[in-house]
Amino acid sequence: MPDEPNSPPPAPGGEQKPETESAVPSTPAKPAAAPSSAHAHAAPAKPAAMAAVPWESEMVTRLHQRYGSGIEASSYLGQNYFVVDFSILTQLLTNLRDEEQFDYLVDVTALHYPEWEKQFEVLWILYSHPRNQRVRVKVMIAEGESAPSVTALWPAANWLEREVYDMFGIRFEGHPDLKRILLPDGWKGHPLRKDYGIIQQDQEWVQINLGIESGQ
Amino acid sequence: MGADQPGDRERPIAMTERTTTDPETYLSHLELGEPDKTFLDTNELIINMGPQHPATHGVLRVILKLDGEKVLGTECVIGYLHRGVEKIAEHRTYTMFNPYVDRMDYVAAVSNGLGYCEAVEKLLNVQAPPRANYIRVILTELNRLASHMLWLGTHALDIGAITPLFYTFRDREEILKIFEKYCGARLTTHAFRIGGCLYETYDGFENDVKKFLAFVGPKIGEYEELLTTNRIWVERTKGVGTISAKDCVALGVTGPVLRASGVKWDLRKAQPYANYSEFDFEIPTGQSGDTYDRYLVRMEEMRQSLRIIEQAVGRIPEGPIMAKVPKVIKPAVGEIYHSIEAPKGELGYFIVSDGSTQPYRIRVRPPSFVNLQALDLMVRGQLVADVIAVIGTLDIVLGEVDR
Repeated sequence: MPDEPNSPPPAPGGEQKPETESAVPSTPAKPAAAPSSAHAHAAPAKPAAMAAVPWESEMVTRLHQRYGSGIEASSYLGQNYFVVDFSILTQLLTNLRDEEQFDYLVDVTALHYPEWEKQFEVLWILYSHPRNQRVRVKVMIAEGESAPSVTALWPAANWLEREVYDMFGIRFEGHPDLKRILLPDGWKGHPLRKDYGIIQQDQEWVQINLGIESGQ
Repeated sequence: MGADQPGDRERPIAMTERTTTDPETYLSHLELGEPDKTFLDTNELIINMGPQHPATHGVLRVILKLDGEKVLGTECVIGYLHRGVEKIAEHRTYTMFNPYVDRMDYVAAVSNGLGYCEAVEKLLNVQAPPRANYIRVILTELNRLASHMLWLGTHALDIGAITPLFYTFRDREEILKIFEKYCGARLTTHAFRIGGCLYETYDGFENDVKKFLAFVGPKIGEYEELLTTNRIWVERTKGVGTISAKDCVALGVTGPVLRASGVKWDLRKAQPYANYSEFDFEIPTGQSGDTYDRYLVRMEEMRQSLRIIEQAVGRIPEGPIMAKVPKVIKPAVGEIYHSIEAPKGELGYFIVSDGSTQPYRIRVRPPSFVNLQALDLMVRGQLVADVIAVIGTLDIVLGEVDR
């Protein structure tokens, strides 16, 4: 995967149990929660390696045939996920809904890795009622890039995407009404980014709208 | 419809042509075509309901676009109770975050705790011991009852029936007393810990629960007597806020709302957690997906919860209540999604660990938030009084919507 340049490939057939920390390279996991993003292009401090195993199933074979190397199927703690190339994302999600019966979009969310070149991981959690199966689809996107909106596929995505936009500032292309949902419209900043401090707030907004010096 | 409006004699009625139930073309904001606007100019009204409105069950603001009494569209404004729970999680250890989850859906705090503890347990690959699972199931089902009782009382009150509120609050009190005796808290219980339960059951716990079962069984019949065949209740709820199974799935709606539309899907059966697979219970479903069916489904769910508790309380096994969990919880690098059937629907936790003592990210998939999205679809074309009924029937808790 070009998105994870330094991450060693998951050991095939490696232990699935998470307590086998020996399977994980001995890079001490930095508390990446530290808000300093000074080393912007340093080696990824995070999920250096999730001890995932390849996921094999009929569906994966079908999708591999269709999308080739653009899709990587793995499994961790018995939960399956795809890491996909941005270029095939919409196709894959459409395919999952229409042909693989993933009719229920459980959640859309994102993660922020400030040290990575592509800072955001956007993920879709899907569930299929007929199959009683869950799958996650992940994609990495860079700051300023927008993800495709899936509101046309699952109307449930409407508010979920708005929340991701509100919290991370990731735009969704094709969303009918992309605006903040939990924070006030005029708020500056996206609080779930790692460089946003825990007690940080939009002072200006607070002063103008609440008439107080600070909310703290 | 509307043909007798003044100034509308020659204009075809566009309002009836607008698809309101097709999820493909569904938009949640106020979308009115130009023809509608000219036709509605005389009597279109935008009113603001909430955020301080008793029938919105918290701080929900709904902007309603009305034509007389008919609802043309709604827009929900939420976030008044936003506390940044997910951000807080990134700055707490796994153990420290545990009490915070109680403050999301604060009428079903036990369910929230169960979901969170199980998610972290899965991430750590530990299993709560059988005795702990039994205690968990009993308390969670009691909490489901308490949540449904609170829903019933307030929902009935919104529609105009005052009596059920007193009945349900009186009976819910008995559940809260059991919680109080068990862990000292009534609402935000923090009853469970990662790896099991912290507290052993108190002396007479089983007796209290059995006494409660015998007490509350007939009471559910009493509520039904007040409402099920009550003509006012039936007329206010039947055919109101109808949503189809297809729309429910497309909108991600879960819980009793989904089941009332005819989808037999309950995570306790579909993907059993704790030890729900050991119990015998039914998943009640409705057919028409209206407010009345949702009422019936929840009433039956209360009976099924009683069944589960009855089975569980008779056979709580002996043994430890805590699994072997390290003092400092430090899951390996990885991620997990775990969800449970909370009283409101699918409550999911997506936890990403970076190998440190603090989660890298915790995402809560809140059932109330996703279900509330269906409000617009459910009330379009209905009367303004039905909005109150539909907000009640969705059974949202704003603490969970806003987190």
